[in-house]
Amino acid sequence: MFSAIKRFWQVIRKPSVHYSLGFLTLGGFVAGIIFWGGFNTALEVSNTEEFCIGCHEMENTVYQELKTTIHYTNRSGVRATCPDCHVPHNWTSKVARKIQASKEVYGKIFGTISTPEKFEDKRLELASHEWARFKANDSLECRNCHSEESMDFTRQSIRASEQHSKYLVSGEKTCIDCHKGIAHKLPDLSLLKAAK
Amino acid sequence: MKLLKLILASLIAATVFGGASSYAAETISEMRNADILTQDAAPRISKVVNSDERQVRNYPEQPPLIPHKIDGYQIDKRLNKCMTCHSRTAVEQSQAPMISVTHFMNREGQFLASVSPRRFFCTQCHVTQTEAKPPMENTFVDVDDVLDGKTDK
Repeated sequence: MFSAIKRFWQVIRKPSVHYSLGFLTLGGFVAGIIFWGGFNTALEVSNTEEFCIGCHEMENTVYQELKTTIHYTNRSGVRATCPDCHVPHNWTSKVARKIQASKEVYGKIFGTISTPEKFEDKRLELASHEWARFKANDSLECRNCHSEESMDFTRQSIRASEQHSKYLVSGEKTCIDCHKGIAHKLPDLSLLKAAK
Repeated sequence: MKLLKLILASLIAATVFGGASSYAAETISEMRNADILTQDAAPRISKVVNSDERQVRNYPEQPPLIPHKIDGYQIDKRLNKCMTCHSRTAVEQSQAPMISVTHFMNREGQFLASVSPRRFFCTQCHVTQTEAKPPMENTFVDVDDVLDGKTDK
């Protein structure tokens, strides 16, 4: 038993003594493809709506609220699912967000928002995190679909076109400043003022 | 004699109630344009007026109509979406009309610092309008026309 471990260690420590350089190079290349592919597949699986609402914490609260909004059903049949808005699309930011999400695993294990009441108590805090994220990246996840360059202001209502040309085009405000609570119910914002 | 009375009573009942029910059936079929037992197709959902133009009030006390869509506007215990534009502090940026000062009054006529709870739920009085064609003709006469002596439309 001990000799087997010793032999394994020797092979791992100096593989080129035991295997040809060509085999190691090719083998490493193939293994790399498999591991990288597997990693990305796992990343993509955790980036689906089914995965998100696999937990009752998401399915019974925020998902039910989303269902009533225009981002879920609309005339053109385009649907924004959870990761479209809540996970950055470019790779580095996505991985950074995924690492942050380890806190959500902790929350799941300890049942931080396991009941509607607990979720309601946390709603303001959780929403504030998302608003801060959108504010910091200039509403990037909104702009993945809604870019101001492709907006035809003449086809918007008077009110909308005025507000967009005044505040959005000037860069004074970003999407999330006005469009809070478009996909989920809003928390009591007076508590936010009280906390300041 | 007793039998005669009974026959007479049932005759009267048959005329009155029979007549009434046939009248009701006619009215309903007139409104629905279909037989009472058939289920007619639901009318298409009309578009909500989204012109952003203020509309004439039909009488001075009428709560102003909402000239824009309010789909998904949250008005509940936690929050009032309308107030993000129509509150006292928001109108400078939104250029929307501020809620009337009467909304700050409590039922004793005392002015409060913020919206009175009894005026919190906007859609209790303020409504959007749709482009739906009314199924019945409206004979409403504007008060100005009444003053001018015009009593019918």
